[in-house]
Amino acid sequence: MADFSSYIIPGLIAFIIIFAYSKGVGVYDSFAEGVKMGASSVVDMFPSVFALFVAVGALRASGLIDFLGELISPLCSFLHLPQELVPFVLIKPISGSASLALASDLFKNFGADSYCGRLASVIMGSTETVFYTIAVYFGACGVKNIRHSLKCALIANIFGMIMSIIVCNFYF
Amino acid sequence: MLNIVWIFIMLASVVYAFFTGRAAELCTGMFSGAEDSISFLVKIGSFMVLWQGILNVADKSSLSESFSKILSPIICRVFNKVKKGSLELGLIANNLTANILGLSNAATPLGISAMKELAKSSKDGRATDDMCLLAVINSSSLQLIPSTLIAMRTSFGSEVPGDIIVPIWLVSSLTAVFAVLICRFSQRSERDGRL
Repeated sequence: MADFSSYIIPGLIAFIIIFAYSKGVGVYDSFAEGVKMGASSVVDMFPSVFALFVAVGALRASGLIDFLGELISPLCSFLHLPQELVPFVLIKPISGSASLALASDLFKNFGADSYCGRLASVIMGSTETVFYTIAVYFGACGVKNIRHSLKCALIANIFGMIMSIIVCNFYF
Repeated sequence: MLNIVWIFIMLASVVYAFFTGRAAELCTGMFSGAEDSISFLVKIGSFMVLWQGILNVADKSSLSESFSKILSPIICRVFNKVKKGSLELGLIANNLTANILGLSNAATPLGISAMKELAKSSKDGRATDDMCLLAVINSSSLQLIPSTLIAMRTSFGSEVPGDIIVPIWLVSSLTAVFAVLICRFSQRSERDGRL
């Protein structure tokens, strides 16, 4: 399976190039245009990524991150969740940049191919920043009464995290 | 939101470090965090730029339109009041397609336009069933290729950075189905509660 997944990205790139060429798209020019857009979105990311990396650096160095993990460890062992992942799991629905910073902290300390690293990856890839999304979507259309949406989104988010644990246990 | 999160993490760390006598470590930690963020962005940034280039090629080739067409019948089934050939159907289809292809810059504006279109049938600032459903679907992850994540794993020395793709597909599709089901269940119980 791991072998198959290495083919997904190159395969997709080849498919997109062939598909675009067959539709008469200027492939190279579109690529270059996208590169320009990508570069500016990386620059846009910089301030919040920088801020949250500093915060996570402080969180780890102060020892608070380990303390928090130990505090919730009984619940963790019940859920089969490594306690190192607790801060990451808590911040994921709230902030994208903060979860990016915490995930890279996990990769750095435990390795990207460790169970911890893989579980963090699966949670990262299969859940969203719930609070942010709900706020943006309803804020933009001026709706005050959002009814059951936040509750449902959060329940789905927790479901996603539990499914990540189950799937990772079977898959890796 | 980020404001509160940042303030909380910073202050809590400082207070905790003072109590445990780790002020020196705290300083080093913050500086190495700052340093890490630069190397992080250089490594991840280069992959993001590459991927954005490829996605732009896909976007120009009307791949999104073909994809939206496949999604439309499913959307009509899932959303109660969205009719075939309507403006909101097109917007929702494009929003979900952009999410699936990972065009996050395009996805949010499309989703917001779809919400505004749906909001036309809402009363007194109260969200309709379909608006709730669209917001909930958007707050679950639909991305086919988690490109930033793969770049991160590569830069931290993963030997098989893509081996998380299949589990992610499994989990995110189950979660999306679950999100739709729980949303519909809540609609129904809310309505029954009022009767």
